[in-house]
Parts: sequence; structure tokens; C-alpha cells
Amino acid sequence: MKTLVILIPAYNEDSVISSVIKQLQSAIKTLKLKKTIVVINDGSTDKTANIAQQVGAKVINHPINRGYGAALQTGIEYAKRTKADYAITFDADGQHDPKDIAKVYKALKQGFDIVVGSRFLSKTNTIPFIRKVILKLGNLATFIFFGIWISDSQSGFRGFNQKAIKNIKLKTNHMEVSSELYSEVKKHRLSFTEVPISVKYTQYSLSKGQTNLNSFNVLLKLVYKLFR
Amino acid sequence: MPTFILPIQIFFFLFILFALSRVILRYKDGEIHLGALIFWLVIWAGASVAVFSPENTTQLARSLGIGRGVDVVIYLALTLLFYLVFRIHVLIENLETKFSQVIREISLKDTDKQAVKKT
Repeated sequence: MKTLVILIPAYNEDSVISSVIKQLQSAIKTLKLKKTIVVINDGSTDKTANIAQQVGAKVINHPINRGYGAALQTGIEYAKRTKADYAITFDADGQHDPKDIAKVYKALKQGFDIVVGSRFLSKTNTIPFIRKVILKLGNLATFIFFGIWISDSQSGFRGFNQKAIKNIKLKTNHMEVSSELYSEVKKHRLSFTEVPISVKYTQYSLSKGQTNLNSFNVLLKLVYKLFR
Repeated sequence: MPTFILPIQIFFFLFILFALSRVILRYKDGEIHLGALIFWLVIWAGASVAVFSPENTTQLARSLGIGRGVDVVIYLALTLLFYLVFRIHVLIENLETKFSQVIREISLKDTDKQAVKKT
């Protein structure tokens, strides 16, 4: 039977992680795969790791906080070492709908190396205006730096097949990893597609996501990456 | 070359000698490589020339179409400083990546150990 790992980078999410994992467990029950939900605990100072373990997730602990990008790469490395057939990344803050896992998996089964869940392909999503502008600028930056046009380059909801898991190597530690991923797509000539996903913004998830001002920092780090 | 040496020239030259001594000591300790040694020797040699023969900077300025020798020194110094700051940023980012790789290995090995304990 093929294997699927659901990778959830998490930092101080003890108030929501239990419900996120339980909803995921329910959503993936019918998938005919050997499934593991993996929480990459990125140096949380709250009870995220304990709670995740109690509700049945496998937990990988970073002893100190390294950033979303570093946690994501740890998850991908875990998927590589355990020879997972598929890996799907999922946000820990409750923003994503676990029912969309099936859509991403279906596209992976069709043969795409990477599947990106796009908030912009779904007409029912309400994205705050400034967040929308910044996400669109993120798409533009991804296109300028890496030559790939994608409707939601900053989405944290992505699926990878074994070829993508083996080849992708991310160096950036923080949110700029969302754009760096596409340089790997181009470098290794990975095929990709997008599927519409639902997103639910709450006060909590907006406070946990990156601040709008941090976008300049992300852009600077992408420039540095070009010269490394 | 001026016929007398000003106190400020002596002060700058002593500082240049001090800086050169640090560079040579760091090279001897293996903390910097040969390329870096040559780079800094050239920089401080150039600084010595500027200190004792400021009229050379004026000639250089004229050949570049800039008014004063001191302006050339400032433009060159600023350009060099910006480049060095950029290189330091890149170095820090590389160190951050390597540090994360170490953390990753520790985390994954720890996860493997826990899995073995359970079985």
C-alpha cells in the first residue's frame, strides 16, 4: 500500500492543533493509503508537542525555533527518509479545510509532481484586501525571480510525490521558502498544477500568519538567495 | 610627497600598521585565507599612499572626472563598505542554513530513537 505523510509545521499552536489533527484524521480516513500525520514542532514554548502526540500525531521536535521554512524542510526530509510516496503540507492554524486533502491527493495520483492548493481559484474565499495585494505581489516576485507563474505561490497547502520529495532541497528558513520552492520546481523540471482550496481566516489565524510588513524582509532574502 | 609630515598622517599611518598587524596575525592563525590577506594588504597599502601622497588622489580624481581627491576616497570607501556588508549578510544566511541542518539532524535522530524505544 502506498504511503502518505501529512506534514504540519507548527509553532505555539496549542489552542488549535488538537482540532486540526482530529479533523484531518477524519478527512483522510477513506483514503486507501498508509497515512501518518506528522507535526514538526518548531521549538514551541507551549504545549503544542504534547497535545499533538496525545491526539495521535507523530511529532518531530526542533529544540529551538528555526522558522517555517526550516520546519517544512525537516518534514520533507522525514518524508524522504521514510520513503513516503506522497507528502502534503498543511497549516497548523486551522486556516485550511482538511476536506481539500482529497483534491490534492487526486491531482498527485494523476501524476503531477507538485500540487498547490490555491486560495484564488475558489470563488467562495474571502481574503482580506491587503493580504490579497501582498499575495499577488508574492506571485509577481515568484515570477520575476524564478520565472514561474502561479496563482497562489504563498500557499502552505501543497502536495508532493516521491520525485518531488527526493529532489527538493530548501535553504531558506522562513516564509520566503514559499517562493524558493518554485526555484526548485524549475531546477528539477517538476510538473505542477493548482487545485482550488477553501480558506477560513479568523482573528487567530491572521495573528499567526506573517505580518504584511514582513513581506519586504521576504523579498530581500530572495534577492540574497540569488547571489549565494 | 610633502616635505614635512603632519601629526594626522603619523596617526593614520600608526593605525594602518595596527590594522596590517591584525590581518597578518589572523592569516598566521589560519582564520583568514591567502586571498583575504592579499585583499586587505592592497586596501591598507592604498590607504598608506593616500595618507602620504594625497596629491595622487587628486590626480586620480581628475582622471575620473571627479572634483577632489577626498571625494574619490569616499566614493571608493562607500562602495567597498556596501559590498562588504552584502557579503556579510550572505555569510550569515549561509550560517543560518547550516545551523538549521544541524537542528534537523538532531530532531530526526531523536525521532528515530523514540521510534526504536517504542518498538
